[in-house]
Amino acid sequence: MSTAPLERPIPLKKVALSHTAVFWLGFCAVMALLIAAPLVLPEFWRRFLTEILIWGLLAMSSDLLIGYTGMVSFGHSVFFGLGMYGAAGALLAISPPNLWLALLFGLAGAAGAALFVAYFSTRTRDIYFAITTLIFSQIFYVIIFTWTSVTGGENGLLFSRPHFSIPFLYDARFTTATMHWFVLAVVAGSYLILRRITQSPFGMVLQSIRENEARTRAIGYSVERYKIVAVMLSGLFAGLAGVLYAIQNEFAAPDFVYFITSGDTVIWNVMGGIGTLVGPIVGAGFFQLLREMLSRVFGDQFPYLIPLGVVFIVMIIFLPQGLLGFARRWLNK
Amino acid sequence: MSAVADRAAPLVRVEDVHTYYGKSHILHGVSLEVRPGEVVGLLGRNGVGKSTTLKTIMGLVLPSEGKVLLDGAAITGLAPHRLARLGIGYVPEDRRIFRLLTVMENLRTGFDREGVSETRKKELLDKAFSYFPRLAERRNQAGGTLSGGEQQMLAIARAMMLEPKIILLDEPTEGLMPRMVSQISSIIDVLHREGVAILLVEQNVPLTLEASQRVYIMEKGSVRHQCAASEIDVNHPVVKQYLGV
Amino acid sequence: MNAIADIVQAIPVDQILIQTVNGVVAGMILALVASGLTLIFGIMDVVNFAHGELFMLGAYVGVVVIALTGNFWVGLIVSSATVALFGAALQIVTLRPLIGRDPLTTILATFGISLILQNFALWEFGTTVRKISEPISGHFPLFYLTYPWYRIVIAALSGAIIAGFWLYLKHGKYGIWIRATTQDRVMAQAMGIPVPWVFTGVFALGAGMAAASGVLAAPLVGVTHTMGLDWVLKAFIVVVVGGMGNLAGSVAAAILISLLESYAAIWVSPAQAVIVSFVALILTLLFRPTGLFAATAGK
Repeated sequence: MSTAPLERPIPLKKVALSHTAVFWLGFCAVMALLIAAPLVLPEFWRRFLTEILIWGLLAMSSDLLIGYTGMVSFGHSVFFGLGMYGAAGALLAISPPNLWLALLFGLAGAAGAALFVAYFSTRTRDIYFAITTLIFSQIFYVIIFTWTSVTGGENGLLFSRPHFSIPFLYDARFTTATMHWFVLAVVAGSYLILRRITQSPFGMVLQSIRENEARTRAIGYSVERYKIVAVMLSGLFAGLAGVLYAIQNEFAAPDFVYFITSGDTVIWNVMGGIGTLVGPIVGAGFFQLLREMLSRVFGDQFPYLIPLGVVFIVMIIFLPQGLLGFARRWLNK
Repeated sequence: MSAVADRAAPLVRVEDVHTYYGKSHILHGVSLEVRPGEVVGLLGRNGVGKSTTLKTIMGLVLPSEGKVLLDGAAITGLAPHRLARLGIGYVPEDRRIFRLLTVMENLRTGFDREGVSETRKKELLDKAFSYFPRLAERRNQAGGTLSGGEQQMLAIARAMMLEPKIILLDEPTEGLMPRMVSQISSIIDVLHREGVAILLVEQNVPLTLEASQRVYIMEKGSVRHQCAASEIDVNHPVVKQYLGV
Repeated sequence: MNAIADIVQAIPVDQILIQTVNGVVAGMILALVASGLTLIFGIMDVVNFAHGELFMLGAYVGVVVIALTGNFWVGLIVSSATVALFGAALQIVTLRPLIGRDPLTTILATFGISLILQNFALWEFGTTVRKISEPISGHFPLFYLTYPWYRIVIAALSGAIIAGFWLYLKHGKYGIWIRATTQDRVMAQAMGIPVPWVFTGVFALGAGMAAASGVLAAPLVGVTHTMGLDWVLKAFIVVVVGGMGNLAGSVAAAILISLLESYAAIWVSPAQAVIVSFVALILTLLFRPTGLFAATAGK
């Protein structure tokens, strides 16, 4: 009830957008675009976009190793392939084909491979790790290629797409649009989860390993354990991409386990910018777009992979941090 | 400083050089010069940038500012192998001889060059062995099996094989027994009599003052004092100031 | 007792002996491929993913030259020289700018090059498998087979090339340059050795060796744009098992692995026999990660 004047004027808060705000605004804007896309794009580009997201997920999964832990893996095609074949197995063996079982089997397959690779990851470093993972790619490729009775060998496996069903609640076929939204949800969710992981204390240790492994070990961290977990996580998300691919395209083929796919993954990472999570997705998109355009321009007369390869090499020499490399610090705050 | 007339233009001249290692500003505008045939000492405590100065002259480190000149021509930024061919010999701290090559092969990296006749190559090799008889004894042994002192001899002999105009010597007596230290002293003398210039980085002040005509004293990345070696001795206040414990 | 006698009888001794010869022959070619690879890595720290494509290119150039001149040996020499020069050009344009950078960049650059070369070969030569006929006809009896002389010749030739290269490294001015550069590239420069050119030279040599092995292997396997892939993978396994940068180790590992594969091929299909090399790799990584023969001194 006092009528005494206020002693201090209330300061006006400066309205500035915090980093978090800008990030979420950007995220929502991109999501809005991607959600709206299937509604406006023609069929070919709709599927194209969905595939870019799937490859993007694969690339992002390997960024956890390459960009954050400093372990260059040329073996991601294994995780992807096992995710793919695991899902195929579930979809073929169990009737009616069930989406969630496909996910389960696919992730289990990828996890198994990840465990195997993880074990070796702790025993080899740097270039040796890269070469070893590459050779593992090939080992799995040969196994899948020759074990025809189980994997269909050269021809791969064909199966039908499961329905999107939540038990007792909902059951419908996927349309191109709903498939796209499903994939988008999974990929976006994966991005957010991976972002959370890289910004957590665990993620900080990974980055410390990348900067200076000896020092991290000297401080007292069990570097081996962290590496194993990193490989497992990376493998799981790559396997997830494989499952999505299987569901989207309704076939599984050994080509995807060939080491070239692993190489492509690393290319997308580097093109897009390692250590950004989002960069590899952009890199995958850029690569696929470039490939599509070049193949249209050159057609059958000239292998488009040659100019694509040249672009890649030029980028390595002159733009080593990749397309989004400049935003690396910002994206990781 | 001194009244020495500039009869001889400098062989090597470092002009206001700034060098960084990453973010560390190591050299803050270093300037010095070495005249043909001169022995010049570079003194200073650990970490003041003496080795970095030598490395900058040798092209192993690129300065961010400033120039290095050889015989009046700018050599900043040239590749080290060009500088070796132009007449700069380098004997680094910790010697760095090729451990898996034999003594002979180590020397050969120096004398087996373009434009050197077979006779001359033989002469150079003989010269190395006459100055360093121990090396002759061990000529077919791998460099890594030599003792510390012998490796230092090899490092110096190897640089001599380049027939350089100037040799950059980085702490040649470090970790050596007194007997070997005096050997180093004689070698420097011999090289001087042959007309090879030497830029000598050393912690051993008496040896440096005895061997050099002029000295520079560095602290915190720049030259703080320069004079003729005869003008100071171990007890001089300048020495105590910059080199005292 | 009878069981043992049965087992002993079941061992196809003459098959094993034949496979030994086959294994050594394949092993020598593989050794030549792997030598180039391990040299490039040991001296320049470059993992050359394009090595298989240089092998393939060598084979194709061989095809062209042999078609023009009708002479296998001319084809071998011209191919090695051409691909060596090409390798030098490649190194100068794409790898020199990357010296000093993260090793990942060179892996990626050579990977990109391999992609380009493969597709170039596909475009230029198509998918039909080309054949080069054996330059030396004639067989000799080996147990129940008549074994072609040619195979013995290529094994001997591969061995000669590797031995020649080893000698070159040990003696001669440039051999010293290469060894000095490998040990301490900074001091090598300080001694006037033009290190950037040593790197170019080594890459060229490695490329030449790959090309030579391509021409030598061509009569055995047929020339196609994907032939590099299988060989390069095996070569990488050999290099890791033998110890990266270890020339003698690579040769030993190449022969060992080829022998094991040849023996395995007695009982399983060739496509599955490659598993042997994978097992060798895994065992090496588990027990001697630096390479089975890593204790060898010198290169």
